[in-house]
Amino acid sequence: MGLFLNIVIDGTAYGMILFMIAVGLSVTMGLMRVVNLAHGAFALVGGALAHWFQQDLGTGFGIALVAAIAGTVILALPLELVLYRRIYRMGELQQVLATIGLTFLFIATINLWQGSALLVIEFPQALRMPVDLGFRTLPAHRLAVIGLGFAIILFLWWLLDRTRFGVRLRASVDNRDIAAAHGINTDMVYLATFGLGAALAAIGGIMGSELLPIEAYYPLRYMVLFLIVVAVGGMGSILGSFLAALGLGILETAARYLLPDAATISFFAIVILLLTLRPNGLMGRV
Amino acid sequence: MRDHLVPIVMGLVAVGLFFAFPYDLAFLTRVLVTIVLVLSVDLVLGYAGIPTLGQAAMFGTGAYAAGLFAIHVWGDPLAGLVVGAVAGAAIALVSGLVLMRTRGLTVIMLTIAVAAILHEIANRARDLTGGADGLRGIRMQPVLGLWEFDFIGRTGYWYALVVVIVVYVGLSILTRSSFGLGLRGIHDSPERMRAIGAPVYWRLVTAYTIGGGIAGIAGALNAQITQLVSLEGFAFSLSAEALIMLILGGTGRLVGAVIGVALFMTVHHFAAANDPFNWLFVIGAMVLVVVFFLPQGIISLPGILLRHLRGGRDADRA
Repeated sequence: MGLFLNIVIDGTAYGMILFMIAVGLSVTMGLMRVVNLAHGAFALVGGALAHWFQQDLGTGFGIALVAAIAGTVILALPLELVLYRRIYRMGELQQVLATIGLTFLFIATINLWQGSALLVIEFPQALRMPVDLGFRTLPAHRLAVIGLGFAIILFLWWLLDRTRFGVRLRASVDNRDIAAAHGINTDMVYLATFGLGAALAAIGGIMGSELLPIEAYYPLRYMVLFLIVVAVGGMGSILGSFLAALGLGILETAARYLLPDAATISFFAIVILLLTLRPNGLMGRV
Repeated sequence: MRDHLVPIVMGLVAVGLFFAFPYDLAFLTRVLVTIVLVLSVDLVLGYAGIPTLGQAAMFGTGAYAAGLFAIHVWGDPLAGLVVGAVAGAAIALVSGLVLMRTRGLTVIMLTIAVAAILHEIANRARDLTGGADGLRGIRMQPVLGLWEFDFIGRTGYWYALVVVIVVYVGLSILTRSSFGLGLRGIHDSPERMRAIGAPVYWRLVTAYTIGGGIAGIAGALNAQITQLVSLEGFAFSLSAEALIMLILGGTGRLVGAVIGVALFMTVHHFAAANDPFNWLFVIGAMVLVVVFFLPQGIISLPGILLRHLRGGRDADRA
């Protein structure tokens, strides 16, 4: 029973981090139809900025977190205006190539700026404190990550389903020309959505830095993992990404506890099985 | 005749490079091996339109199959190539039966997953494959019993060049055949091909299997010439770089694969030698320039230049 609870708790925390990063990718890939392999780069930028604010400027965790998210968005918006706006119109392969090229530039830049060492982000005392759950103790920030994950999915549901912005976004995605003809400024909608995706990536990068450590090659190292979450969840589905991230997080954690020798193999075997049975993902629209 | 001109010139250049850079044969041979791999990606992706990021699965399988065959059974190089091709094709056939039922991002993810599983199996089966240390002790017999593999790599270079030429000619014939035209049709519109009665699924499985066989040849070639098989053969970065090289050169043309490999690996060779940390700047910038200004790849450059030279209003529409 203790083992089971351990798997559930650790897997949920891991899954929430996957969700935070992958949901931004799901939004850009599913809603905006762009294969954005550079998505992990925004998580890297967020993490590197937070590290820089903490270590070199000496700010506290809270300020570093907010400033790093803001910094990532400030960097992402001009990129959308200059590059991504053209990338949306390209074919899939060109999108893959363009965003991989962009990823290389991000990696090289971060490498030049902060070096290739691990970029540690220190969590404040309150989040490092162990919390006693009865059957084991757990660093408080794992619980914070789990809570944050639920908060984000609620926020996204509210934003896309209950606000005017959500209506405009869904309209722009379904038919950009008709949406524009109805007076929706689709360029602005895309810009804002792209910024939102970048902000989510930055949050995930920073909060997840304990499990997925930040370093220059972060975007390439975890690119496949994030893409798998999106593919299994179904592109463009927030709930799908959430279920896929949680499921795969718990699955991988369980495999590491129970079958440490065959963890990677069983993880990918289940991914193959899931994608064969549901080629459009758990919640994917055809 | 014009169709044959470019490949013949490329072959002559390859012969010339042997004499011009006698001390860089190891690098040049690696370029040749990579050309075989990227040609296989071109068949799968450029002609059949199957998006793949897992061609390393077949490359690595071919490499391990040829390496194990040379150690345990027979050290003849050509027999090893056949073994590598069969092994690569077998993996492609088995995985292709599942993969070709899906489309788009799902195919990409599945190809990655297949390569990742094989990577992990090779890593765990230490007794057979040597695990992370790699498979060592491959000793090859002379090619056709005549040419010993030498320390400088002269035999290796000619051997690889002949394999490249055979694969290239074979693919030229294949892509011009009715099968190849059918693949182009599927690439452009699977629905219409299905409507005119083409067995789309089986054509794709066949193309993927042939591509897997060629990737297996590339892996076997690499194993025989370097006399080493490492886990790198299954690495995701190998699949990704092969894709980048192909799109750089231009998909759907065999020439594009050759040019993309030559360009990427030359830039990598010099940029990484000068500054191993910052070479990603060079390759990243190069990739972006090609995507934004030459969306059809480097092979479209001569055509665009020609139109500009001729001037007139057509130049803008290029």
